[in-house]
Amino acid sequence: MKKLVSLLMALTMVAVMVAGCGSSAGTASGEATYKIGATGPISGDAALYGIAVKNGMEIAINEINEAGGVNGAKFELNFQDDECDAEKAVNGYNTLKDWGMQVFIGTVTSGACIAVAANTYEDNMFQITPSGSDPKCIENPNAFQVCFADPSQGKKSAEYIGNKDLAKKVAVIYDSSSSYSSGIYASFAAEAANQGFDIVAAEAFTSDSKSDFSVQLQKASDEGAELVFLPIYYSEASLILTQANQMGYDPIFFGVDGMDGILGVTNFDTSLAEDVMLLTPFAADSTDEATVHFVNAYKEKYGEVPMQFAADGYDAVYAVKEALEKGGCEPTMSASELCDKLVAAITQVKITGVTGELSWDASGESNRDPKAVIIKNGAYVLFE
Amino acid sequence: MSFLSYLIKGISLGSVYAIIALGYTMVYGIAKMLNFAHGDVIMVGAYSVFIMSTSLGLSPIFGVLTSIVVCTALGLTIERVAYKPLRGAASPLAVLITAIGVSYLLQNIALLVFGANTISFTSVINISPITFGSNGELTISGETIVTIIAGIIVMVGLTLFVNKTKMGHAMRAVSEDKGAASLMGINVNATIALTFAIGSALAAIAGVLLCSAYPTLNPYTGAMPGIKAFVAAVFGGIGSIPGAMIGGVLLGIIEVFGKAYISSQMADAIVFAVLIIVLLVKPTGILGKNIQEKV
Repeated sequence: MKKLVSLLMALTMVAVMVAGCGSSAGTASGEATYKIGATGPISGDAALYGIAVKNGMEIAINEINEAGGVNGAKFELNFQDDECDAEKAVNGYNTLKDWGMQVFIGTVTSGACIAVAANTYEDNMFQITPSGSDPKCIENPNAFQVCFADPSQGKKSAEYIGNKDLAKKVAVIYDSSSSYSSGIYASFAAEAANQGFDIVAAEAFTSDSKSDFSVQLQKASDEGAELVFLPIYYSEASLILTQANQMGYDPIFFGVDGMDGILGVTNFDTSLAEDVMLLTPFAADSTDEATVHFVNAYKEKYGEVPMQFAADGYDAVYAVKEALEKGGCEPTMSASELCDKLVAAITQVKITGVTGELSWDASGESNRDPKAVIIKNGAYVLFE
Repeated sequence: MSFLSYLIKGISLGSVYAIIALGYTMVYGIAKMLNFAHGDVIMVGAYSVFIMSTSLGLSPIFGVLTSIVVCTALGLTIERVAYKPLRGAASPLAVLITAIGVSYLLQNIALLVFGANTISFTSVINISPITFGSNGELTISGETIVTIIAGIIVMVGLTLFVNKTKMGHAMRAVSEDKGAASLMGINVNATIALTFAIGSALAAIAGVLLCSAYPTLNPYTGAMPGIKAFVAAVFGGIGSIPGAMIGGVLLGIIEVFGKAYISSQMADAIVFAVLIIVLLVKPTGILGKNIQEKV
């Protein structure tokens, strides 16, 4: 019996080894492609973001491949689910490395992105995150960002509220256990001092106490806040809107990119989101050529209007394409060689993306202007 | 006015904690075990109501009744499959660890079945809020009223049940001494099963109230309120029915006042600091000393 077992085990081992050899031989002999790896939440709390980024990336990759790729070399995408979890993102990244990834586009959320950034730096793997907005995501020289960095989101929000004179008294409800949320709040508060409004209430919650916001809302209401700034994700924001409605409090709600997706929450009464404003670099109803083209392609393929995260994913792929062309890269190069070339090339590219005119400096941050959108009849409309 | 408003919010939150804590305290009092899966039974109850009344569009009352049946059946199954075989095991730790295991099992099954996306729960309570003051300075929502009333009814009902009925006597006997109770002709296993059934039915009610007042639902919804309610049960004196009620309401008020008057960031820290202080002064909890009060 024992012999039989060991024989079986030996056979399995041989089979695995043969299978392993087989797959690597297959790709080596195939057509030369750039292997693009990505991770993001396809399930879990932030799933809407991951799915949107993945869809946006797929559209861009299909377009590029149909147009002949980069100097004839096509893109091949492998997208791993990380459930918005740092540990799972690192596992996903390692899976991608085993697969032979050459360029990494990810991750979608900040916390996971920071965890993976340490690995990409160590491996000298080029990294561009579509939507990881924490400044720590791009601390290393090999990492770049498509979306706004958190400090600039907070600062630009405050400037926007001040310039448009939306309110004199502002309350903030933020998640003190999230680096994303507290980062935006910190820069918002710093900039608010230069603007013509006061922060009358700054209320926090944590990931352990995010099921009741009635006290925070009550305080905002008691202080007479005309605008509530919500630098948080859409799941909690949907509950805040519901509870504000229950207590009959109706200020202007102003969100940032995390608010994007609020219209997709299961069973959420979207009429409550009417007149909610959010700062985003992307508005699906813009009339510029790039946006119209992207929105139509997205609608045709996925049957819905894309949100900002989809646009970020789309632009990230195009940024990589431009940089590959500029840097004179070859698909046969190793990930590390590509990284050196891409890091040098990306600061020289300028793309007209769907999230604006994008360019990068060595810090990794992207430069462009934000737009504010307002929700009207269940759709985003550019706020003038 | 805002003080009153916070007070009512605290009592409302506390009533939900109290109903959950009653489930913990009943099971602890009789089976002498901590049923850490209690919070997750709440989550299952809330999902049952959501499926019945929102997805299938049936009447909320029917949804609540279904949820009570589902949770009772679930509670009995858990007790039969996971806890009963371990009763009398060498170490009481075994059953405690099993309870934690059941808790994670339920969460992960819910993740598989319902997905991790947060659902916006539709309140099943359809009572318009009561407003005081000229411009509505004090508004009490329908959910708050129902939660507080339900809390009182459940506590009074349970106290009467335990003190006045035959089965209640059996429960108290088992709580005092299992061996002696079985010698007196009490079916110990059936009594413990009944306790789980009642505890789980309470969990269903708590689930409905929790998700109606704080309308969000995901597979982890029950976990944190479950832990806070456990704290409330210890706070009030575990094993004591009025203790669980008092502990729950006090915890809710402390939490809301902490958020409102001290710091919204520190709310949980304040709650647990108060717990530590109370236990240092009175290790058995507020009503824990009085053996007569035990279930």
